Amino acid sequence: MPERIYVGMKPHHRDAIGERVRNRIVNDLGIGLISSVRTAAIYTLNGAFAMSELTSLAEGPFSDPIIHDFSINSSFSKTFDWMIEVGFRPGVTDNVGRTAKEAVAVLLKKDLPEDFSVHTGTQYFLEGNATRAQVERVARELLANELIQTVRVFSQNEWLEQDTASFPAPVVTDTHEIEPYREVNLNVSDDDLARISKENVLVLSLAEMKAIQAYYQDAERIRIRSEQKLPANPTNIELEILAQTWSEHCKHKIFNAKITYRETGRDPQSISSLFKVYIKKATEKVREAKGDGDYCLSVFVDNAGVVRFNDEWAVVFKAETHNSPSALDPYGGALTGIVGVNRDPFGTGLGSRLIANTDVFCFASPFHKEALPPRILHPKRVLEGVREGVEHGGNKSGIPTVNGTIVFDERFLGKPLVYCGTLGIMPLEINNRKGYEKKANVNDHILMVGGRIGKDGIHGATFSSEPLHEGSPATAVQIGDPITQKRMTDFLLKARDLNLYSAITDNGAGGLSSSVGEMAEDTGGAIVHLDRAPLKYHGLEPWEIFLSEAQERMTVAVSPEKLTQFIELAKEWNVEATDLGEFTDSGHLELYYEGHIIGRLAMEFLHDGLPQMQLEAVWNPPEQKPSGPLRSEDIGQDLLKMLQRLNICSKEYVVRQYDHEVQAGSVVKPLTGVKNDGPSDAAVVRPLLDSFEGLVVSNGIVPRYSDIDTYAMAASAFDEAVRNAVCAGANPDHMAALDNFCWCDPVKTDTNPDGDYKLAQLVRANQALYDMCLHYGIPLVSGKDSMKNDYHIGTTRISIPPTLLVSLVGTIEDVRKAVTMDLKSPENMLYILGTTYRELGASEYALMRDLDESVVPTVRNPKKTFRMYRMLHTAISQGFVRAAHDLSDGGLGVALAEMSFSGELGAQIHLARIPHNECTTDAELLFSESQARMIVEISEEHQSDFESLMNNLPVAQIGKVVKGDRIAATGIDGTEILNISRIEAKNSWKSTLNF
Amino acid sequence: MAHKASAIVMAGNGTNCEVESAHACKTAGFQKVDIVTVWELLDGEYSLDNYDFLVLPGGFLDGDDLGSAKAQANRLLHTSVKKTGQPVLDQFKHFISEHKLVLGICNGFQLLVKLGLVPALEGKYMEQQATLTFNDSGRFEDRWVDLQVNRQSNCVFTKDVESLYLPVRHGEGKFVASDKSVIDTLKAGNQIVLNYVDPDTNEPTQKYPYNPNGSQSAIAGVCDPTGRIFGLMPHPEAYLHRTNHPRWTREKLPEEGAGVILFRNALEYLTSR
Repeated sequence: MPERIYVGMKPHHRDAIGERVRNRIVNDLGIGLISSVRTAAIYTLNGAFAMSELTSLAEGPFSDPIIHDFSINSSFSKTFDWMIEVGFRPGVTDNVGRTAKEAVAVLLKKDLPEDFSVHTGTQYFLEGNATRAQVERVARELLANELIQTVRVFSQNEWLEQDTASFPAPVVTDTHEIEPYREVNLNVSDDDLARISKENVLVLSLAEMKAIQAYYQDAERIRIRSEQKLPANPTNIELEILAQTWSEHCKHKIFNAKITYRETGRDPQSISSLFKVYIKKATEKVREAKGDGDYCLSVFVDNAGVVRFNDEWAVVFKAETHNSPSALDPYGGALTGIVGVNRDPFGTGLGSRLIANTDVFCFASPFHKEALPPRILHPKRVLEGVREGVEHGGNKSGIPTVNGTIVFDERFLGKPLVYCGTLGIMPLEINNRKGYEKKANVNDHILMVGGRIGKDGIHGATFSSEPLHEGSPATAVQIGDPITQKRMTDFLLKARDLNLYSAITDNGAGGLSSSVGEMAEDTGGAIVHLDRAPLKYHGLEPWEIFLSEAQERMTVAVSPEKLTQFIELAKEWNVEATDLGEFTDSGHLELYYEGHIIGRLAMEFLHDGLPQMQLEAVWNPPEQKPSGPLRSEDIGQDLLKMLQRLNICSKEYVVRQYDHEVQAGSVVKPLTGVKNDGPSDAAVVRPLLDSFEGLVVSNGIVPRYSDIDTYAMAASAFDEAVRNAVCAGANPDHMAALDNFCWCDPVKTDTNPDGDYKLAQLVRANQALYDMCLHYGIPLVSGKDSMKNDYHIGTTRISIPPTLLVSLVGTIEDVRKAVTMDLKSPENMLYILGTTYRELGASEYALMRDLDESVVPTVRNPKKTFRMYRMLHTAISQGFVRAAHDLSDGGLGVALAEMSFSGELGAQIHLARIPHNECTTDAELLFSESQARMIVEISEEHQSDFESLMNNLPVAQIGKVVKGDRIAATGIDGTEILNISRIEAKNSWKSTLNF
Repeated sequence: MAHKASAIVMAGNGTNCEVESAHACKTAGFQKVDIVTVWELLDGEYSLDNYDFLVLPGGFLDGDDLGSAKAQANRLLHTSVKKTGQPVLDQFKHFISEHKLVLGICNGFQLLVKLGLVPALEGKYMEQQATLTFNDSGRFEDRWVDLQVNRQSNCVFTKDVESLYLPVRHGEGKFVASDKSVIDTLKAGNQIVLNYVDPDTNEPTQKYPYNPNGSQSAIAGVCDPTGRIFGLMPHPEAYLHRTNHPRWTREKLPEEGAGVILFRNALEYLTSR
C-alpha cells in the first residue's frame, strides 16, 4: 500500500504560491468568490515503510522545520471549502519525484526495491463560497492539464471522509509480454498502404510507402532476410525507423522538394530544393567572397553551426521550435524545447559549453475573449505555461537568457510558436583534435548517457509533421528534466576534456533511431541491442525503445580501450551510461532484442531512399499602391496608444523571470536605462571572463508583413536582426545567422486548397533570405523548419501567418565599446539613419487604426544600407555614439519614446529634416515601419567626425536630447505636432503586460 | 604557508555559478582555485582538508525540487566518502574548526542555512534556525538591489565595505526565522551583515522591489557568530567588472566590479592570520 506524506506552510506563514494561484483565479478566470488558497505538497511513496521512517523523511528532506508542518497518511488541512488534488498521470516525468526517491535512499541508507518510486502532486485548499462548477473550472482551466495530469475535486466533507491510502500511486502497471517484433504486410493495395501509414502515425505519403514496398520486394533482399530469419515483409521497428528518418521533421522534405514556381506574367521556374538553391548556396557564395576571411567552421553538417570567435575559440549556435508539444502542454512542451535545443550545440563537434539562450515566442492575445475551439488552451495559459517552462529549463541549466521577444497575432491561437536558441563555445582544438569535428569509428561502442527511456515522446517527429488534430497523441508530450541534463553535461564535458569519446550527438526527435542512425553514417553501420537500454518502467516494445524521445540523453561513440574509464567516470558523477552496441561497417543498421535480430536496414536506403517530393507553388502578387495622405487627429494620443500595443509594450514581466546574468558575462542586458527597464536591441555577452572580446546576439521577426509579401517579411526580419546587432556594437563583417521557418502547410491537398500559395510564400521568403545574405555578406550557418503549423478540427481551420525568425550572432572586438539605447545627456544630437518611405502596409499603426495600407516595408537599398551599418560600426568603435536604437514596430515615434523614457530625458525633433521619399504627412513619417533605420545620439564634440563618416548616406540630424520630461516634435510645416510626457509614455508602455 | 591560501568552489548537481565564483577568487588574488564537484568530494578524489576557503556557489542543486538546497543538505548530512568511509559532514566540521572561511552565495546560502551552518546562533552549528523560502511575489526574479553593510558586524568578508549594488536572481530568497527571538539575537550579535535598502532613504525596507523577496527585517545576508561563515542571496561574483553593472554605459564606475572585495577580504584574512 502506498504511503502519503503531505507538506505545507505553517498556518501563520504566508503561502506565496497559494496567493499567486488565488490571484490568477480572480484575474484570469474572474471567480472572485475564492477568498484564499493554500497549498500542500504530496509525496506518495510506492512502498511500505515504518512510521519512524516516514517521520524522519517528513522531518528531513521533505519539509523545512522553520516554515512547514506535515502530516502522514491524513489530511494536511481541515479548514477549507474545496480541495483540488493534482498529480501526474502514470509514466509522465516527475522530476520532484525522482529527486525525492534519491533523498529516500540517501536518508534511509537501505536498498530499496528496483521498482520503488515516489510520486508528487499538489493539493490546493480553497476557501470561499464558490460552486462545484466554478472549482472544477479552476481545476481544469488553471491548475491541471489533463493530458499529463490527473485532477480531482473534493468538498470539505468528501475529502475528510476519504481514506487517503486508497489512492494508488500512479505507476505504469503494464505487465504485458513484450513482442520482439511484428511483421507488417506491405504486399497490399495502394489504399491499404495509405491506411497503414495513417493508422500507425507514420505520416508517410503513398509515394514513400511504395518506395518502401519496392525495397522489400527485391528478390536478393528477400533471400538474405530469410537467411537471417527475418520476414520478407518489414518488421514494425524497420517501418518505424523509416517513418522517423523520412519524416518532414528530420528530412525537411518540403525544403528538399522539387518545386514548380509560377508567377503571373512569368515563365514557370523549377527549383530543386529550396535548401540547396537558396540557403546552402547563399552560404557557399558568402564564404567564397570572404576568401581567407571566411570564419565558418562547420555549417549544415552538425547539430548546430560553428563559426570562429577568436584564435582559440569557436561559437556554436542553434535555434529550434517546439510548437506542437507546447500547444498541447505549454509548460512541458516549452521546457522540453529549451533543454532540447541546449543539446544541439552541446552535441556539436566534440561538445560545447553552453553560454546563452535566446527565446522568441508567438502567441495570440492573452486578453482573448471569444470562445475557444476544441483542444485549444487559452492564450494567457499558453503564455504562462511557456514562460514558466522556459524559465525552469533555462534558469535551472545555468544558461543566461540574454535576449528575445514576444510576437502577438490572433492566428497563433491555432499554434503558438516557441523558438528556443542556444549558443555554446568550444576550443578550436581539444586534445589535438578539431573541436568542431567528430567521427565515430568502426568498433566504437554506442553509449547512451543520461536519462532513462519511457514512452514519452513516441512519434514526436512524425506528430509534429502533421496538423494538430483530434487524435494527436498525448504521448507526444514530454517534460524536460534540467537537473538530470545538467549532471549529464557536466560529466560529458569532463569526459570530452579527458578525450574519452570520438563522437557525440543528442537524442532529440526520433530518439536513438535518429542519433544512432546519423552517427552510423560515419562508419557505415551499427548493431544495437535494445534489451540493454535502461527503461523507466516495463512495457516498452523494442521499436518504442528505439523511437522514444525521452529527454536528457546523448549518444556517444567510445573506443573499446576507453570504455571502462568512461563508464567508471559516469558512475562517480552519478550519471547513467549504458553500452548499447557498436558501430560497424556492414552497410546496415541492425537491431537485436534478447539476442535475436528484429530489424536490418540498408544505410543507403535509410538515408537516400526517400523519393523527392514534387510540389506546385503559385504566387499572385498583391497590389501595393499608396492610398491618400494618412493623417492623424492627435499624434500624441496615437503614440501613447501605440506604446500599449502588445507587439510594442514592455515585456519586462517575462524578462525579469529569466536569469539573464548567470556566468557573469552579461554586458548589455535585455533591460537597460536609468531604471533598468528599457528595451535593449541586442545582447552583448563576454563568454571568456579574462578577455574583452564579446558576442552580440539578436533576433529579427515580423510575421505580419507576410499578409502582403513574404519576400518583404523575410528581408525585413533579416535586416532587423542585423541592425539590432549593429546598434549594440557588433561588427557587421563578422556575423552569422540562423534561419528558422515556421509555416502553415504549403502542400496543396483537398483539405488545404491554398497550399500552393503558401508554398509560393515560402519560395519568396527563401529568395529574400538568399538576396539579403549576399548583399550583407552574412552566412547562414544552421537552420530549422516547422512546416505544419495549422489547427484543423471540425470546420475550424487556423493557419499561422508564415513566420521566419532570423537569429544572429556577431562579434564585438571590445565589449567596453558596446552601446545601449537609452538617451544619455541633454544637448546631445539625435540623428536618424536610413530613408523613411511611406511603408505602412501591415504596420502596427495601420493595424491599430484599421487602415487600408498596402505598401509593405522592405529593404529597398540593401547595398547602401550595409555601407551605412559599416560606418555606424566605425563610429561606435571610435566611441562617437552615446546611444543607438533600431526603428522597427511602430517606427520612429515608438523608438524615440523608448529612448527618452529609458534615459529619463526629453527629446525634441523636427520631422521636416527626416530623409524621406513618398511621405506627405507627419503621421506617415512618425509611424512608417521602413526598414534599415535607426536613431543615434552623438555628443557635440563628435558631431563633425560622425557626419563625415556618414557622408553620402541618408543620415540627418533631426533634433536634440533635452532636459525634462517632454517628447516633442515639429511637423513638416514647422508647427508642434507632438508634445507628450515621457513619464506618461512609459506608463502606457508598461501597463499592458503588467501581470 | 599563509600566502598560499587556496580556494575550493564546490560544484556539480545543479550549481551554475562555479566558473565566475572561481574567477572572482582568482581576481581577488587566490593562487590556487579548484572547481570540484560534489561527486569528486563524495568519491574521495578531493577533500576540503586541502583548502582554506570554501565557496558554495549559486545554482539549482537538485533542481530545488524539494525546496532549495534541501536534497543536497540531506546528501551532505547522510553520506560517507566512498574512499575513506568517513561521513562527508566531518570534513565540513573539521574545516570550520580550523577557522577557515566559507562563503555561500544564493543557492549556496540556502545550503548553509539548511545545513545549520548559519546563523548558528549561540554556536549551535548543524541546527537549522532559519530558512530561505519562496519570494512573496511567488516568482523567480533577476534584478539589481541596493544593499547596506552592517559596519558593526564581525563578518570578515565585508570588512571596510559600506554598501553594495548587486543582482539577486532567485525564487526562494525570503529569509524567515523560526521565531522573533532569532531575529532579535541575530540583530544583537550583529550577525545580520547585509540588508536590502530603499535607495531613496538608504534604510532597510520591506518595500518591493527594493526588498525583492519580502525577507524579514530586510535580511539579504547573515554570518555565523565568528564572522567566518557568510551567506548572502545577492551575487557578488556577478559583478566582477564594470561592464556587469546594468548602467555602465551611462555612469562613471571603477574598472573593477564591487563584488570582488568580498573575495579579496577573504584572502587578506587568510593571509594575515
